[in-house]
Amino acid sequence: MILKRIPSLPSWSTGFRDLDEARRDMERLFDSLAGQTTRRSAGVYPPINVSEDSDSVYIRAELPGIKIDDLDLTMEDNTLTIAGERKQANEDDSASYHRREREWGAFRRSFSLTSRVAADGIQANYLDGILTVTLPKAAEARPKQISVQAGA
Amino acid sequence: MTVLVKEKTKKEMEPRQKQEITGAEATRPGPVFTPAVDIFETESAITLLADMPGVQADGLGIDLRDNVLTIDGRIKRAEDRGEQMLLQEYETGSFRREFRLANSIDQNGIDASLSNGVLRLTLPKAEAARPRKIEVRSG
Repeated sequence: MILKRIPSLPSWSTGFRDLDEARRDMERLFDSLAGQTTRRSAGVYPPINVSEDSDSVYIRAELPGIKIDDLDLTMEDNTLTIAGERKQANEDDSASYHRREREWGAFRRSFSLTSRVAADGIQANYLDGILTVTLPKAAEARPKQISVQAGA
Repeated sequence: MTVLVKEKTKKEMEPRQKQEITGAEATRPGPVFTPAVDIFETESAITLLADMPGVQADGLGIDLRDNVLTIDGRIKRAEDRGEQMLLQEYETGSFRREFRLANSIDQNGIDASLSNGVLRLTLPKAEAARPRKIEVRSG
């Protein structure tokens, strides 16, 4: 009888992936209630996301519609600079605009890198309007597997 | 002597927050954003440019019915890559936007191309909607 009154319990068969998704939804909800929809924005174009896996650190920026020649990445004294310009497209003179929301102009943003990054192995890739800078971790910063030996 | 040539001041880009769509929920989880668009019209066509970074051609859906144009772009989310986020200044998600078109469009002539995260959609006007010059006779 008692069991019947318990509301349906969450099913654990959904797996951790869904729980992870639910946690993110909660975070997003709290952020929007606090009035900060983007977290820790530096107020500089372009906004970036930084992520890592065991081998590398990745810096990503959404930069749609930029020619590769107009992108300028430099590395100097452990400072990585992403600079560039999004040019305004010259359309037909007779075109009359209904909307013009897409921004254009120059941008520049610099990052200080720690010594945990192997500076000579940096790679940059621009695909589908997203710039990805891959910073390989220095050997000492990578996780090391420690083998456990059975005691004699 | 070095002569410093002052560079012509360029317009600086401002960071702008992506506009998230609220309201009717999508069936897939995750945020949906409104892409920034340019729309311009010439005598023969209406052209739409939309910023949809991360969208590939196979994730793009364009639909035109009853004069309502819907553009829809799905992306592969960063979490799927098995990386851990350290800093997040922007969110990633799908893009979706609808427009009501005033002119009738020649459905067979619609052309869409996607390059570096920018969608270019050309919607040719139907013959009946093109401006016609009417000659005025004197007499």
